[in-house]
Amino acid sequence: MATVGRALLIVAFAVALYGVGASLYGAFAGGRAWVDSGRRAVYALAGVLTGAFAIMEVAFLRSDFSFNVVATHSSTTTPTFYKATAAWSSQEGSLLLWVWLLSVWSSLALALTRRRVREVAPVATAVLMTFAGFFLMLTIFWANPFETLAAVPQEGTGLNPLLRHPAMMFHPPMLYSGYTLFSIPFAFAIGALVTRRLNAEWIVSTRRFALAAWLCLGVGIVLGARWSYTELGWGGYWAWDPVENASLLPWLTGTAFIHSIMIQERRGMLKVWNASLVLATGTLAILGTFLVRSGILDSIHAFGASTLGVPFLILIGAMVLGSVGLVVSRRAELRTEHRIDSLLSREAVFLAQNVILVALAFVVWWGTFFPLISEAVTGTRASVGPPWFDKYTVPLAFVLVALSGIGPLVPWRRLTLASVRRGFVLPAVVGGVVALALLLVPGAWSQPKAAAFAGVVGFVVASVVQELWRGMRARQSSAQESAPVALAGIVRRNRRRYGGYVVHAGFATLLLGVAVSSSFQHAKDVSLKPGQSARVGGYDIRYVRATSHAGSEKISLGAVLDVSKGGKHVATLRTTRGFYPSQDVTQGIVGRFFGGESESEVGLQAGFGRDVWTVIDPDIAPLEPIIQQGNDTFRRAMTGILARGGGRQQLAQLYALRDVAVTAVARRFVTRPWAADFRFIVSPLATWIWIGAIVTFLGGLIALWPAPATARRRVTAGYAARVARELARTTQ
Amino acid sequence: MNPSRKRRIRLVVALTAALLAAGALVYTSFSAGSDEKTAGQLLDGAVAGKTYTLAGTVKDGSVRRADGVLWFKVRDPHRPVSVRVRYTGLVPDPFREGRGVMVKVVRRGDLFVGEKDTMVTKCPSKYQVAPPRPGSRLASIA
Repeated sequence: MATVGRALLIVAFAVALYGVGASLYGAFAGGRAWVDSGRRAVYALAGVLTGAFAIMEVAFLRSDFSFNVVATHSSTTTPTFYKATAAWSSQEGSLLLWVWLLSVWSSLALALTRRRVREVAPVATAVLMTFAGFFLMLTIFWANPFETLAAVPQEGTGLNPLLRHPAMMFHPPMLYSGYTLFSIPFAFAIGALVTRRLNAEWIVSTRRFALAAWLCLGVGIVLGARWSYTELGWGGYWAWDPVENASLLPWLTGTAFIHSIMIQERRGMLKVWNASLVLATGTLAILGTFLVRSGILDSIHAFGASTLGVPFLILIGAMVLGSVGLVVSRRAELRTEHRIDSLLSREAVFLAQNVILVALAFVVWWGTFFPLISEAVTGTRASVGPPWFDKYTVPLAFVLVALSGIGPLVPWRRLTLASVRRGFVLPAVVGGVVALALLLVPGAWSQPKAAAFAGVVGFVVASVVQELWRGMRARQSSAQESAPVALAGIVRRNRRRYGGYVVHAGFATLLLGVAVSSSFQHAKDVSLKPGQSARVGGYDIRYVRATSHAGSEKISLGAVLDVSKGGKHVATLRTTRGFYPSQDVTQGIVGRFFGGESESEVGLQAGFGRDVWTVIDPDIAPLEPIIQQGNDTFRRAMTGILARGGGRQQLAQLYALRDVAVTAVARRFVTRPWAADFRFIVSPLATWIWIGAIVTFLGGLIALWPAPATARRRVTAGYAARVARELARTTQ
Repeated sequence: MNPSRKRRIRLVVALTAALLAAGALVYTSFSAGSDEKTAGQLLDGAVAGKTYTLAGTVKDGSVRRADGVLWFKVRDPHRPVSVRVRYTGLVPDPFREGRGVMVKVVRRGDLFVGEKDTMVTKCPSKYQVAPPRPGSRLASIA
């Protein structure tokens, strides 16, 4: 099967090269048949790579250790769910996933646009196939997922314990979908610039893909944050780690892009800005992929040092130089058609919001790459931590959220006093009431910034509700419908607008959760014995009893904790630390069970008002004497069996005895418990981070969902009129 | 005022503001940045009281815990020297001997005291367990 997989990769590479050649030849020599052939090559690529990816997945599911990638990232004891996800825990598998997703999304984009943007699409096809060819080159020559082992091992080395979390099934595919989907508007922008077709047509054709990319990348980022919160054992969800930042960068510029294209579609403005934004977003998506793989920056979850850095740098360099060159050479055609009439207009708010998003992206980029920048400037590698990031991102996020509430209330072209009265009064009152209400909570005076942020979130949510209410009332009076039917009707007919409003409300809620949970968080590190208690954020947490479990995958030592408030039981929490066995023989026959990788299972009581979070870090030093005794005993027994020429059966009996011994050693944590270290965190409104994220992505789905036929016809008619105007202008 | 002059003034103001903001960003990053040093560099010239980011590998056999305090040594990747670190706070799950770490430290004589919750451990992409043996129902090692 590995041979078939390798052959498919080579065929895919040839198809990609053919696609580039056929599309470019068709575009510039005028052969429509070649253009169609180039497009079909993308469909063929998707088919071939689907076959290659399926072979790799089957190899993982069957634990086929003749594949090097399976032997080094999975094992027979890995649960089936995680066997499937192990495919993308490796460098090789994740590259194959990347290029497979690129081929699938590219096929979809080209199929949907085959009757539109006819001049732009062939160049876009060539760009997409160049990306595919680049990643296929990496998988064939640098990181081949179908490399086989001469001696097939009996067992694989297993999946990194930290990756055994349900979010890991979806986190990488969603991130890669985001990255690859952003390649589509990037490719069409290149096509539009090359062919000088710089009206809004390429934007209209690809905006849905930009929105899908934004949605997928956002979901991927949130799943990663959730994994961090519930698996990594530190109690946070965002650490400004370079790999986290790598995914945030294209998301920020992509968010700016999906807002600013509305101005180009509506008023023919910001053409240079939009082209630059989408080219930057596409480049940042590749930069993110590079950052994870190159090992140039220290990160908790990079793939480590590899030889992929140089090819990626060449690609990124070509993208940056090509993008800048194209935008500069086409600046005359990118001239704006209108000017902003007033700084108090929706266009101006959109522009301000764009500037804030780009400023955020710049701050994150600078902080992420600061170790390299400082090394280049001063010769010393230095890094900046979360306080530096927070110093800039918090005020920028504050303004951004405020603008997301102001934007929907401000009309296009100019704001009048009447529209201020009509739109701003109620949301401003709600925002003020929310801020004051939070300040009345005991202890809240110490965090005025959080109260102000809550007020802004109140303003945003109220503005969204007000807009929905007004739209619904207008439809009710015109169509004589009930309130729910009218609400569904306005959303259905203008999904992009109302989906966007829901996104604003969800995102503001998410940031409210971030602001309040971090400002009013109570955290405590304590060492407790069973029966002892600690008080954190008004909660009494009692260490009830120790637990131990020797399973087929790991040894778990944990605790049962009782959480109460004012003498009233609130929750029972269970937290464990899992010790996975080590391959290091020097740790001894018994010691190896306690000396490998370890991972935390968090105890969490989530609620609308607060989360109570805990993790145990048991010190296994008190077990060392008994482990050493076990090591010595079993080494002697093993030596004896081997000296006597003992058979398989005697070894099997010895291993069964060893299992009993290991279980008994772990059991000591329960029978003779000693103090264990705990981290307790009480975070108010932390659950609202995840609720806000769900609302945000629901809003994104509403905006992404195709409009009903009648509404689409109306939009298309408006768009056709606009294209006609642009054509008339260019032919004058 | 002439609209084009008005636009030009606005542009100059906006660019000046952006330049000032970028300047502040650059300045604060260089002043707030913590220098990354290896064990050898710290032993050669670390100033007492100044914060550094120590980067290196946890030395085998050096990890000890007592009363909620983690003691370990960080090895220099280029020279046969190491520094002793006293650390309290969050210990990332992947932390262990032989693993790459970064931690913010302050020198106190021969000892380097880690700042609470500043340790970052590099996560290995490949995880190792040994093959199973017949008769074992526990995790797959022998």
